[in-house]
Amino acid sequence: MKLTPTTKRVAVGLLAAALPLSMAACTKGGSSSSGGAGGELTMWTHNAGNKAELAAITKIVDDYNASQQKYKVKIQAFPQDSYNQSVVAAAASKKLPCILDIDGPNVPNWAWAGYLAPLDGLDATLSKYLPTVLGKWDNKTYSYGYYDVALVMVTRKTILDKYGIRVPTTDSPWTKDEFDAALTKIKASGDFQNPLDIATSFTGEWWPYAYSPMLQSFGGDLINRDGYKTAEGSLNGPKAVEWATWFRSLVTDGLVPLKSGADPAKDFINGKSAILYNGTWTAVDTRKAFGKDTLFLPPPDLGTGPKIGGGSWQWGISQNCADQAGALDYMKFAAQDKYVASVARDTNNIPATDAAAAQVKGYEKGGENEIFLDYAKKFAVLRPVTPGYPFIATEFTKTAQDILNGADPKQALDQAVKNIDANQKSNGYFQ
Amino acid sequence: MIATLTTGTSGTEGLAHVAETAAPEQRRGGDRPHPARHALGLLLRIVLCLVFGLPLVFMVVSSFKPDLQIFDDLGSFKAFLPTGDISTDNYTGVFGRVPFAQFMTNSVVITVVTVVLGIVVNSMAAFALSRIGFRGAGAVLGIILATLIVPFETLALPLLWWSNQLPFLGPDGISQGWLDTYQVQIIPFIANAFSIFLFYQYFDSIPKELDEAAKVDGAGWFRIYRSIVMPLSGPAIATVAILTFLPMWNQYLWPLMAVQTEELRPVMVGIDYFKQLNTSWGQIMAYATMITAPVLVLFVAFQRSFINSIASSGVKG
Repeated sequence: MKLTPTTKRVAVGLLAAALPLSMAACTKGGSSSSGGAGGELTMWTHNAGNKAELAAITKIVDDYNASQQKYKVKIQAFPQDSYNQSVVAAAASKKLPCILDIDGPNVPNWAWAGYLAPLDGLDATLSKYLPTVLGKWDNKTYSYGYYDVALVMVTRKTILDKYGIRVPTTDSPWTKDEFDAALTKIKASGDFQNPLDIATSFTGEWWPYAYSPMLQSFGGDLINRDGYKTAEGSLNGPKAVEWATWFRSLVTDGLVPLKSGADPAKDFINGKSAILYNGTWTAVDTRKAFGKDTLFLPPPDLGTGPKIGGGSWQWGISQNCADQAGALDYMKFAAQDKYVASVARDTNNIPATDAAAAQVKGYEKGGENEIFLDYAKKFAVLRPVTPGYPFIATEFTKTAQDILNGADPKQALDQAVKNIDANQKSNGYFQ
Repeated sequence: MIATLTTGTSGTEGLAHVAETAAPEQRRGGDRPHPARHALGLLLRIVLCLVFGLPLVFMVVSSFKPDLQIFDDLGSFKAFLPTGDISTDNYTGVFGRVPFAQFMTNSVVITVVTVVLGIVVNSMAAFALSRIGFRGAGAVLGIILATLIVPFETLALPLLWWSNQLPFLGPDGISQGWLDTYQVQIIPFIANAFSIFLFYQYFDSIPKELDEAAKVDGAGWFRIYRSIVMPLSGPAIATVAILTFLPMWNQYLWPLMAVQTEELRPVMVGIDYFKQLNTSWGQIMAYATMITAPVLVLFVAFQRSFINSIASSGVKG
């Protein structure tokens, strides 16, 4: 290639443009993230791109800023998909903000790692909150959330009626045999591509959030919660192996796709699946599509009662905030029922307090969403409250994926137990 | 002498350029391929065109469809056709959800500045290693090349730590810590071992007699670099520019770690804005179309240079 006069002119032009551009670029910087100095409290949230929730949080912040002169909270929004990486990177460089939101199961790890400070003086207020929306570790509360979500089996009444399948209730959920028989009957009809879609295409926290409750319903668990020292017997005992064998059989029997579509809720609405295992966040779209025909059923009782994951996004304050009193002041202000109600309403989630639930349409006594609150109260199980949880979650995800793909259940679970135990031990059991 | 060399084009003749092989000449002069082989080759090319082209078609077409229709059309050829409920709603939705102009400006600034400064800095480094011939130049080159085997993910955390410690002289005086700035997205990526290697390789193929002649005419090293070597290095400059442009435009992990303010984020991070619990697939496709368009336009405009650069560097971008 030879440089033509035009190319030369372009190159020289680019160079000429780049120099002032680089000078300007390199002098432009964002504000400091740690905040807390001079009355400004920086707040991070995972809601970039989520207009409804961001607007709800912004309203609280605006109210707080207008309510007093001493502190000014400033929001920085991050996209949810990469939020944890941003926080961990900021923690590594000691640039955490004063106030931040956290995915519930990560709270013990972040508290243990020294990212979070306890929420002192909020006990009376937080006693009204659902236990699953509070982030606790070592007998201290580090975070609270405005809402919880619930896992449900979404289907249509007309589908169940067509195949003569009983509509389960909170007090009388499907038994394992009933559930298996229902799926087999739907499969035999050949009417649906998938009798059940459990959203295996989702990644990250979805796997432990969605599938460890099934394990718990069988009688197993991710770890022995008495001291969190070992997963032996919990994750590889007879009940856990029974779960793993059943979990794999869902695929081998053709009841569940090995890999779901990119968006299982849309596949359900498009009629590809008869039953969808998903979160309450699908309620708006599915109701829009099927109206009163939509059913949100409790997960089946696989042995020890229906179980669903508990804990969603929560708010806490960072340990390196220069003005802990200011951050705590905001947290107290923001914990009012009216804010719990407004955030839950705008995000279509389960309000964290009964007083807030009474203010949100659908969650009042007899409202169409009251069942979600019921499920959260009756069936929710917190993910293991140990700083080792992120490792356990990764290990469980890997193991469950291996099992679904045909790995020997006992061997896969034994290996997971070995790895989890080694991690807990190498960290001194997080004492 | 210098004037002759810089304005003339004969100096590039005889320079090694891997992309310019004798193969096409041999094909043109040889026997015509058997019709069956010709048809098979054609078929293979069509298949490859479809494999690489259809995802782009799917992206553009889906960007005009509602979410439910995108999924309904999957599994049939309708996924690649603008049929059904076509609208620009997804594009409107993109502008309502992300500050697109800001992200695009940031990416352009970061990419252009890094490419231009990268060409200057890396060519200078390669020039010193290739032409000046100081003691230990081989060892320095070896160390630079050795860094190629270290993946960025390994360096990310130490780099983050260092970026937070470094001082910076700006209009407001000296400040500490580069995080959450433009410079943290540019400066660490200016010096690039692979770019130095490409320039080094190319400079080595330029006859050293040209330096001697220039020296006789009184030129210093910088004059030789600026007036002789660089004007003869168009292919190397194009290769480095393209191979720097693509990864810089696609930067994702580093901005996630080093940038906290929305006003400083590049386009690739913006795609995460659409991944919510109820993902807006149509908007993702619209956003992807919008951020891919500049790259496609550049590719079409500089197609020949792009292909040559890929061929000459022996890597894909």
